[in-house]
Amino acid sequence: MAEQTIDERIPTVVADELHIVYRVNGAKTGKGSATAALSRILKRGEERGVRKVHAVRGVSFVAYRGEAIGLIGSNGSGKSTLLRAIAGLLPAEEGKVYTNGQPSLLGVNAALMNDLTGERNVILGGLAMGMTREQIKERYQEIVDFSGINEKGDFITLPMRTYSSGMAARLRFSIAAAKDHDVLMIDEALATGDRKFQKRSEQRIRELRKEAGTVFLVSHNNKSIRDTCDRVLWLERGELRMDGPTDEVLKEYEKFTGK
Amino acid sequence: MSETTHDGTVAVSASVPPDEGMTAARLAEKYGLTVSGARPSLVEYVRQLWDRRHFILAFSRAKLTAQYSQAKLGQLWQVVTPLLNAAVYFFIFGVILEADRGMSREVYIPFLVTGVFVFTFTQSSVMAGVRAISGNLGLVRALHFPRASLPVSFALQQLQQLLASMIVLFAVTAAFGSYPDLSWALIVPILVLQFLFNTGLALIMARAGSKTPDLAQLMPFVMRTWMYASGVMFSIPIMLQDKPDWMGTVLQWNPAAIYMDLMRFALIDGYGSENLPDHVWAAAGGWALLVALGGFVYFWKAEERYGRG
Repeated sequence: MAEQTIDERIPTVVADELHIVYRVNGAKTGKGSATAALSRILKRGEERGVRKVHAVRGVSFVAYRGEAIGLIGSNGSGKSTLLRAIAGLLPAEEGKVYTNGQPSLLGVNAALMNDLTGERNVILGGLAMGMTREQIKERYQEIVDFSGINEKGDFITLPMRTYSSGMAARLRFSIAAAKDHDVLMIDEALATGDRKFQKRSEQRIRELRKEAGTVFLVSHNNKSIRDTCDRVLWLERGELRMDGPTDEVLKEYEKFTGK
Repeated sequence: MSETTHDGTVAVSASVPPDEGMTAARLAEKYGLTVSGARPSLVEYVRQLWDRRHFILAFSRAKLTAQYSQAKLGQLWQVVTPLLNAAVYFFIFGVILEADRGMSREVYIPFLVTGVFVFTFTQSSVMAGVRAISGNLGLVRALHFPRASLPVSFALQQLQQLLASMIVLFAVTAAFGSYPDLSWALIVPILVLQFLFNTGLALIMARAGSKTPDLAQLMPFVMRTWMYASGVMFSIPIMLQDKPDWMGTVLQWNPAAIYMDLMRFALIDGYGSENLPDHVWAAAGGWALLVALGGFVYFWKAEERYGRG
């Protein structure tokens, strides 16, 4: 980061006092019985029987073009939520996120259907990510080859529910990684598949990084953060605890987690 | 430890950015950044939705295929399910309750089957609409696309389901002596109008259901009431003969009854225009436009809020 000259610093993502609140129906503490639910409904108040989870509390930062930013923090500290908010997928309760272009989350799991063949899932996943039919046709063979699904026979024409969990994860990653992005966000996508596939996917992530303007990476693996990121945001209980160069923040984080 | 937390500045890095001291909003403005997840204008939204037409179609087809993929008979259920449905209604209303008053058997059986299929089209579009957002939160929280893609896609899935049922419908009407003729060409505009109406309803229900998922529990009762009030298994004018006039008029003018009656008129030889209310095409078109446009705008108004748990 020190090499970057001042006039090169073009912001791509600006988060301004961002708050994200999840609302969970029917999880209000107290009795879960029908009568309790009824009394909650009868009680006055804007939102009855709704429990709020304040996942991100007032996070502000500016990300610049060419940066690879790691997000660390213990489980449930709000890392994935923050990514989704940056991507504009989760509405902010308070504060704003400004972005250059459309940030995308690396992942298509939710669009795929287990009852369909791998082949149809490649097409469906591509369309869901906003690729055109022509782009998918062009990249289809590349995706299938990359996933390695067909190395052990013609599996791509079988429904995805017949795949082993590793095979399904490989296909999902291959589909997700087929598209180029401006601002790319990766949520622990690396930890899937066998060693051979992990190496291949790390290589693909590096390629994606080169093409993308700014990369966010959520991971619990300090080594992969060290390898790929030059800046780290440390979240704890939804608050930004530290923001700085990778080495500094990781040192403090490791002290905190007792490593 | 938290001294670096709330200051809202950039980073604890060595280089001091030239933009230091600027508010986030000014900084964003200077570099042309836009608010992430903001709602696009209505025109822009329509354009985005059109860009996603392939996804909408592929998603609806995928849902349709996935529905029966574990069954041994597979896609045959697309035709068998509506047939069994019609058989149940015929047994209860035609044989036991004798609701076929004023109609010969040659008219009543196709009348009933048409009613069941056409109403089911609207009913399942509404039910799918309620869960279009609330049942697909994973998708909404993972990928970018105009959220209206989901309810539209579900309505489209129901249209494809209906087209499969139409095979059964044609067989039934032919078996009871109503053969294909020129009036069958009316099926196309009727289906287009009903599809528009259903899509609008699905959009409205999707927004309501995303705010209040409880609707998924409530709607089956609303839909059943609507079904019995719309004359799916009886003729409204004949059943309501001794009731005040306005009751029959209101029931006949409700959109479900209008689309059913039009379809019966198109398909069944013995079901003439005397069974249709006045200005029936105007009503069919009006309902379709009103609900489709209204539903679309209503859904779009909350676009940036879908995805909140």
